[in-house]
Amino acid sequence: MSVLVNRDTRVLVQGIGETGRFHTDKAIAYGTVVVGAVHPSRVGQVERFTGDTDGSGVQGRQDTYDVEIPIFSTVRDAVAETGANATVIYVPPPFAADAIMEAADAGVPLIITITEGIPVADMVLAKRYLQGRDVRLVGPNCPGVITPQECKIGIMPGYIHTPGTIGVVSRSGTLTYEAVHQLTLNGLGQTTAIGIGGDPVNGTNFVDVLTLFNEDPATEGVMMIGEIGGTAEEEAAEWIKANMTKPVAGFIAGTTAPPGKRMGHAGAIISGGQGTAEAKITALEDAGVVIAPTPTDMGTAMLEAMSR
Amino acid sequence: MKIHEYQAKALMEARGIPVPHGVMATTVDEAVAAVRQLSESSGSPVVVVKSQIHAGGRGKGRFKEYPELGGVNVVLDGIEGGVEAAEARVRELATWMLGSTLVTIQTGDEGRVVTRLYIEQGIEIATELYLSVLLDRSTSRNIVMASTEGGTEIEVVAHETPEKIIKIEIDPAFGLTDFQARGIAYKLELEGDALKNGVKFLKDLTAFAIEMDTDLVEINPLVVTTDGQVIALDGKISFEANALYRHPEVAALRDEAEEDAAELAATEHGLSFIKLDGSIGCMVNGAGLAMATMDIIQFVGGEPANFLDVGGGADKDQIVAAFKIITEDPNVKGIFINIFGGIMRCDIIANGVVAAIEEVGLQVPLVVRLEGTNVELGKQIIDESGLNVVSATDMRDGAVKIVELAE
Repeated sequence: MSVLVNRDTRVLVQGIGETGRFHTDKAIAYGTVVVGAVHPSRVGQVERFTGDTDGSGVQGRQDTYDVEIPIFSTVRDAVAETGANATVIYVPPPFAADAIMEAADAGVPLIITITEGIPVADMVLAKRYLQGRDVRLVGPNCPGVITPQECKIGIMPGYIHTPGTIGVVSRSGTLTYEAVHQLTLNGLGQTTAIGIGGDPVNGTNFVDVLTLFNEDPATEGVMMIGEIGGTAEEEAAEWIKANMTKPVAGFIAGTTAPPGKRMGHAGAIISGGQGTAEAKITALEDAGVVIAPTPTDMGTAMLEAMSR
Repeated sequence: MKIHEYQAKALMEARGIPVPHGVMATTVDEAVAAVRQLSESSGSPVVVVKSQIHAGGRGKGRFKEYPELGGVNVVLDGIEGGVEAAEARVRELATWMLGSTLVTIQTGDEGRVVTRLYIEQGIEIATELYLSVLLDRSTSRNIVMASTEGGTEIEVVAHETPEKIIKIEIDPAFGLTDFQARGIAYKLELEGDALKNGVKFLKDLTAFAIEMDTDLVEINPLVVTTDGQVIALDGKISFEANALYRHPEVAALRDEAEEDAAELAATEHGLSFIKLDGSIGCMVNGAGLAMATMDIIQFVGGEPANFLDVGGGADKDQIVAAFKIITEDPNVKGIFINIFGGIMRCDIIANGVVAAIEEVGLQVPLVVRLEGTNVELGKQIIDESGLNVVSATDMRDGAVKIVELAE
């Protein structure tokens, strides 16, 4: 078991430019079922992917792959033809919010947006558009979602992941890889790892993912990685205190970040005294979360949480 | 991106949002010339001389060179002495203020050199209010924040009298509605002409904020005049970086003198860099990991000199640029490169580092921690380069080593 994505996930790619193509190739090598792509001016063409299978991905496959992915001009056409039930968006920032709304209009239940740099106002509108629609947005500005050896959607390196019982949720990219790597080194595999992104306006938040992991029978514990800015971690802490039945370990990046400065991610900023690492750590510890004192202690913090 | 007060007011004025008349001056003569112009148009000889820097707290701030002198000065000399007296006083003030260093609660001890003044007409204030438009992250919507407690920092109001803060959510599909604007105006205790003008101000300002993709528009104080006008006496605007591409006229307002030179250089190379006060330079891929690297340096007893995220797809040239930016900081006594290769392959980083050292030289200890994609190849490149680079097995090991070596 896992959450959001598994062997049955049929993935559409919106934005099959250089970046989209590169990561689609890696996803196919991993064993992800990619069924189509959307490009406004390449309808009727196909994109061919060939190479050596990624041995860390879906098991029991041939050593090489050679697939042709059809390109559609609209998401609606693509869904009708391919039965896609998830989409990944690599569309450039000025057009990405529209791509999200198009996917939602076509009823794609899972919309994973990798694009970094989408104007905040566009995301405010896109989220308004999603309101009342039965779709889930993950991201933007996130590494994506992976269920080890089943399905990889996004830009994370597949081979660091191992199947197991820990759910991972994070606002960061490489810091998630660091956490997953440490979990694996400590003998803890992952059910699913979800990047919720580093933007101030995102789709799925910590509470949404914690809810999914809490309900997933295969997930036995959760590693959550937050950072300065906003109050999503504090809201997660409140939810954990009231609802979470599984152990949670965490790490919050940015203890040394100065106020008023954006630390790389658009959402990583302490403003008006709000969004400090200290406040988040205090709230999470108060909710019973085992906080790793340094980023090298994430794996051991998870072990400790599991042994409580 | 921040802009100056005078620029913010010009943008608002262009949208029909009431602001006092004013003139920006970079020389004493320009400042003096503004006095007659303003008093003729306003009919009052009262003017205000305001320092233009990208930091708040200017009124309470003091100049290093003139410890008695504040950053904002009201000139009343004209009431009795006429325009000539006002001009004489402005000449005196401008001579002191231009080129001097203003220290405010937001500038840090080093302060900022004032190179621009804004000479503004005096306003007969009846009431001071607070108004801002900003993003509320937990609802993913913009909100209007308002208060009767104008002139005070909103953080202070929020802390001491939170019941005096009005927050109204803006539905992006509809903007601030009339009834919402009226509701805010009533709560601000506006009446008569001021009520009518206040509602219009609220609607115009929120429409402006949304159309211009602002991060924050803060009017503190928003003043009601004795004759019922509602005017932005101050104006602080910052723009959302991701949306600047669609506002080239705003991007052109950037004052590079207000920004850190190294941070600007980094931006030009597509790097994300923030200067800090410590001695350990950091180069990391990914924002979260870069923050975490700073944290662990401090945890083991060092102080980070910077935040630097080279991103997910940096090439050799960017690595070289990053290395130069770090080594140009004279405080840097050691460098820690921490890479978890995903998209970013360790061999690319390793080649970049070797090229950078060959080009820039290496005067301080360097610790490199590589993990992830092509890690063995990356380590091999560093080892075979013959350069004096210390390898680390993980983040903590790297942080401990660089802090020891830098001492």
